[in-house]
Amino acid sequence: MGTFWMPEGASTMSGEVDSLFYLVYWISVVIFIGVVAAMAYFAIKYRRTRESYVPPIVHENRFLEAAMIFIPLILTMVVFTFGFKTYLKMNIAPPTAYTIEAVASQWKWDFTYPNGKQVTGELHVPEGKPVKVHSTSMDVLHSFFIPQFRVKQDVVPNRYSSVWFQATKVDSFDVFCTEYCGTSHSGMLAKVIVHKPEDFEAWLNAGDDRPLDVQGESLFKANSCNTCHSIDGSRIVGPTFKGLFGSSRTFADGTTRTADEDYLRQSIMQPGSEIVESYPNVMPASYGTTLRPDDVTKIIEYIKTLK
Amino acid sequence: MSETVAVPASIDTSVPKNYLNHDKSIKSWLLTLDHKRIALLYLVTISIVFLVAGVLALLVRAELFTAGETLMKPDTYNQFFSLHGILMVFLFIVPSVPAIMGNFVMPMQLGAIDVAFPRLNLASYYIYLIGGVLVVTAILAGNIDTGWTFYTPYSARLGSSVIFMTLAVFIAGFSSILTGLNFIVTIHKMRAPGLTWNRLPLFVWSIYATSIVQVLATPVIGITMLLLLLEKTLQIGIFDPALGGDPILFQHFFWFYSHPAVYIMILPAFGIISDLMGVFSRHEVQGYKFVALSSVAIAFLGFLVWGHHMFVSGQSAISSIVFSLITYLIGIPTGVKVLNWVGTMYRGSVSFKTPMLYALSFLFLFTIGGLTGVALGVLGLDIHLHDTYFVVAHFHYVMMGGTVIAAIGGLHYWWPKITGKMYNETMGSIAAVLIFIGFNVTFFTQFVLGTKGMPRRYYDYQIQYEALHQISTVGSWILASGLFLVLFTFIHSLMKGKKAGSNPWGAATLEWTHTASPPSPHNFDEQPIVTHGPYDYHALARVSGDGAAQTSEPELSESRH
Ligand code: HEC
Ligand SMILES: [Cu+2]
Repeated sequence: MGTFWMPEGASTMSGEVDSLFYLVYWISVVIFIGVVAAMAYFAIKYRRTRESYVPPIVHENRFLEAAMIFIPLILTMVVFTFGFKTYLKMNIAPPTAYTIEAVASQWKWDFTYPNGKQVTGELHVPEGKPVKVHSTSMDVLHSFFIPQFRVKQDVVPNRYSSVWFQATKVDSFDVFCTEYCGTSHSGMLAKVIVHKPEDFEAWLNAGDDRPLDVQGESLFKANSCNTCHSIDGSRIVGPTFKGLFGSSRTFADGTTRTADEDYLRQSIMQPGSEIVESYPNVMPASYGTTLRPDDVTKIIEYIKTLK
Repeated sequence: MSETVAVPASIDTSVPKNYLNHDKSIKSWLLTLDHKRIALLYLVTISIVFLVAGVLALLVRAELFTAGETLMKPDTYNQFFSLHGILMVFLFIVPSVPAIMGNFVMPMQLGAIDVAFPRLNLASYYIYLIGGVLVVTAILAGNIDTGWTFYTPYSARLGSSVIFMTLAVFIAGFSSILTGLNFIVTIHKMRAPGLTWNRLPLFVWSIYATSIVQVLATPVIGITMLLLLLEKTLQIGIFDPALGGDPILFQHFFWFYSHPAVYIMILPAFGIISDLMGVFSRHEVQGYKFVALSSVAIAFLGFLVWGHHMFVSGQSAISSIVFSLITYLIGIPTGVKVLNWVGTMYRGSVSFKTPMLYALSFLFLFTIGGLTGVALGVLGLDIHLHDTYFVVAHFHYVMMGGTVIAAIGGLHYWWPKITGKMYNETMGSIAAVLIFIGFNVTFFTQFVLGTKGMPRRYYDYQIQYEALHQISTVGSWILASGLFLVLFTFIHSLMKGKKAGSNPWGAATLEWTHTASPPSPHNFDEQPIVTHGPYDYHALARVSGDGAAQTSEPELSESRH
């Protein structure tokens, strides 16, 4: 369940990173206590008792000075070497790794599997097999971070970067974006879902048979729509979806229109085309290129249910 | 104690002329060429920046008190933390110690009547002011929400406002270049007779090292700005991937300036702490030569480690390895300095006056800041910790626990010289303790948040992080109350403070031994001649006849007649 410092570890790398952390940690604690103890001891022992007392000059101790340089030098080189070894392991994915393509955009993660299956906001992986996430960005910098796996990699437009891990627990964990990317940076989340290998195969080959509006609800969250649109009537950055379908909308230019399916599709695919009155034009235009048409349909089905 | 050796007020009833009261017109302040008055102009301006940026920090912490929306919308939050960072880094910490205390104290520590180029010094102040106004306009007009790092391509989306912003930062930086040049020349050319390099106070050494970095590093922002401008106007791809540019290149440019800038921020603090440890332990600073020269070495090495900010950016593994190694090399002299400061108390005579409380806080906090910096330099570990609250906590321990704590300590130390008044010790020490506690409550929790995976710059967070965020926010209130108490202590001292003697701490450097508090407009009535080192309290005791704790007035009056 994790320690005071580190969250629970769930990849083959996590144990190694944690040992590294605790190595540095304990060396630091010992040095720190040494410094503070010396400081407290000197401060109290040599506190000023007579105002006019001028203490004798202390001659420098060359041996002590040399030790002060060499001991830290040796300690840091030890720490460096271990850090370096772990870093190399983290950098070089095993050639057999199962590769999943990831595309980051403001503010969602899209994953594509070798068989063409596409999922937004959920990264399904098999337990006990090395997985490589090969990623790029559609717009600005993002960063792919799974705390429980102790891996992180910046995701850069016009470039590919990759990160690999081997999950050791069947469970689900958070994926965070750790490179600042705008309004909903903190909403750019995904889940990594670890399956038993056979369950993973089954998942990979199965279609999603949940009702469209239920799938739409997942997409609403996976695409971070929920960071700007509420479903309870409150105003966040954008208008609430509660009671949206079928209502009459007024736009910044004074025109009005009924919120039917066409209107919803247009507002999602071309957010700048009609700006709802009193709201800023900040909804990302990138949805027009990164959302799949059938996903938009599912989201619309979901909006329809929000009476 | 200083009360007994008062200025000959009984003989001459008129208040002695000093740099504060010799001319009281507004014009004489705004157009002053006196380094002491310019220092005060900076003090007031920079304190206002600190206040504004600090209030923003409190708002940011308040928003994080609960998960989800607490006070403000995400865009407001993003602008607030950006504004907090930009103001604190470019308009507060970078100029703070050099411009305020460097200006006030350094020429006096040299036994000089002013800096080498007083007019340039005044110009630097106004350039800083223009830069500051531009930064604020750029932020307000451009809704800048990029954080203080302005990473492209996100910042490119803001169009020309990021160029405007870099221009503003560059102008503010230009003021540092001029101040740096001015100080380098002053230190080379205006030392009093007998003030050899080996007798320079360590504060002067650190200001010297800082000035070198200011002069060499700041032009890089200028270059970056020019490249952004070329990209925008000529549409050639440099940083913007849409034009075929490379956003990582921007990070190289940014850190090539901003990492050395970290040393602009911390080196002056080292200088203050050296002086405080010497004076309040009444003891030679251990390893004087090492402390002095390692600042200069750190200044140069500081140019070679920028890549340690980019271990996960996708730069090559080899570069990461080299940057990690050099980072350690820089860490070691810094660590040795801490040991030297602690060693200074050994067999000394340690007084716990407020400035010393800050110096001891500094040693405590900066050691944590330094050690966690080593943790971040460990390649395999940085992957997990990068861009989490661990980094936020680390640099606050260094920048605030280091520089700001040292600066406040220094301000208490030089306050009697600056104003001629003592502050209330009890209030001063209570504030120091409050700040120490508040600081640790606020930022230590952030180390834990960070190792647990909480990313930085998050408006909203997972519920498992909420308890720690709340502790941190409560800490920020304690911290703020301590800081306000400091402000109150100083205002109280201005109004009700006891008169300060010329050397209330029994220090051995020229600003204390050879001039009154506050100093006369030209610092010294006579050219001081230096016969001993900056921390030679035996020589001081010999000159003043009895204990060093006595002020050295006798010597003063001798040199006057
Ligand atoms: C950065 C915040 C933000 C995000 C993220 C966002 N939107 Fe919006 N959205 C807005 C704003 C602001 C408006 C109102 C201005 C406008 O019409 O463009 C809006 C308007 C809309 C409208 C029209 C609403 C109305 O009241 O007429 C729909 C439908 C919509 N968004 C759907 C979505 C969907 C679906 C997603 C996720 C795929 C999404 N939005 C993500 C900010 C956002
Ligand atoms: Cu992102």
